[in-house]
Amino acid sequence: MGIRERLSGNEATAIAMKQINPDVVAAFPITPSTEIPQYFSSFVADGVVDTEFIAVESEHSAMSACIGAQAAGGRAMTATSANGLAYMWEALYIAASSRLPIVLAAVNRALSGPINIHNDHSDTMGARDSGWIQIYSENNQEAYDNMLMAHRIGEHPDVMLPVMVCQDGFITSHAIENIELVEDEKVKAFVGEYKPAQYLLDRENPISVGPLDLQMHYFEHKRQQAQAMANAKKVILEVAEEFYKLTGRKYGLFEEYKTDDADVAIVVMNSTAGTVKYVVDQYRAKGLKVGLIKPRVFRPFPVDELAEALSKFKAVAVLDKADSFNAAGGPLFTEITSALFTKGIFGPKVINYIFGLGGRDVKADDIQVAYDKLLEIASTGKVDSVYNYLGVRE
Amino acid sequence: MSKKELRDVRPDVTWKDITPGGAIDSPGNAHLFRTGDWRSMKPVWNSEKCKQCLLCNPVCPDSSILVNEESKMTGIDYDHCKGCGICAKVCPFKAIDFVEEV
Repeated sequence: MGIRERLSGNEATAIAMKQINPDVVAAFPITPSTEIPQYFSSFVADGVVDTEFIAVESEHSAMSACIGAQAAGGRAMTATSANGLAYMWEALYIAASSRLPIVLAAVNRALSGPINIHNDHSDTMGARDSGWIQIYSENNQEAYDNMLMAHRIGEHPDVMLPVMVCQDGFITSHAIENIELVEDEKVKAFVGEYKPAQYLLDRENPISVGPLDLQMHYFEHKRQQAQAMANAKKVILEVAEEFYKLTGRKYGLFEEYKTDDADVAIVVMNSTAGTVKYVVDQYRAKGLKVGLIKPRVFRPFPVDELAEALSKFKAVAVLDKADSFNAAGGPLFTEITSALFTKGIFGPKVINYIFGLGGRDVKADDIQVAYDKLLEIASTGKVDSVYNYLGVRE
Repeated sequence: MSKKELRDVRPDVTWKDITPGGAIDSPGNAHLFRTGDWRSMKPVWNSEKCKQCLLCNPVCPDSSILVNEESKMTGIDYDHCKGCGICAKVCPFKAIDFVEEV
């Protein structure tokens, strides 16, 4: 039995980091993730962790310091949001392509501009092709649990990729909820020691990291990196299984909520899934067969598994908390429709809603709009509009 | 060339065998990179004019002036000479010609 607590998402993340006790944390404050390094630096000052805390002057330096520390053979962590993540951009790619399993707590916030501090997914969605594993969290408990699993996934010899654990800014990062923590010694045993095959401080086996890599070899390195991401899917499930044995909390690539006999489903990530569950329960009480699919792992994208899970519905609405500005739907929508097409699944009618940008409140009423539209599509078989915006003033 | 060096630089290494992240685990292997391909002008050593003063050796940026154990210049390493021409310029005896690469 774990420890019952009540914590905000940021506190829970900082406590996970305390229990992991990494070698290096390099971070720069940015709303709404500021509290994570703030709490963590107090653990450093109090001597309850052995971590070297580097108070850098920018996020570019934060990620660069993490890259150096991880390449040296240490375990490095950081936290950021929105423009801070954007400022890490080139270093994010270097971390992933150098195969350095850094762990980053990403507290989702709208990316400027216009400048905004509230939640949407435009920051991490922009980093979706950087080569990082991305795990999304509905609530504080999931943000904490995903953090505890992150190193095991990223550091696996078949993977060796950095991991971003995402949660919704303010909605989960600052809201205090009940949570069950794992005991310190159990976390220590679960996370284990970082033992890279190669590292810079190994004097017996010197290496060079990050060399110029041109036409002759670059492509092979990228192909190998792509394979690592494909391998991650299996590792994520193995680690989740082990975590389930430790805590009794079950995680997959995505969560299916009341989908068994559902005619229609919403697909949505992070905290909005909680609101959707509330609406699903209301509709179920009225006898309406609605369900929810909540992707937990966005990178690697569970292409086959999601397509299979969605194949049984008559209509599906994919809710994106970020726009792609491609005039053709949000990022989750385009990947899901692509997954269905390539698997030859043409049954479900799929529509897209861009919603909640810049922290626009998403109420049960908004979700009802989407479910009512889906039920209409399921009964008529007709889609009048594929690309839609939910909750914007028309 | 060691097995490790081979893995780092061989042109036919596959993505399955290449070192993860491009890390080089056989340090000191720059000699395997033939920068001589870059050359458009070429120094040509004339052993009869050469007085073995060795002024060319320390100015070569590519360590391409070959010197034997008796401290005698023996020639030019064309695998790595990029053809900058400093050796030809510095030679007091005009023992190094600087000609177009053909």
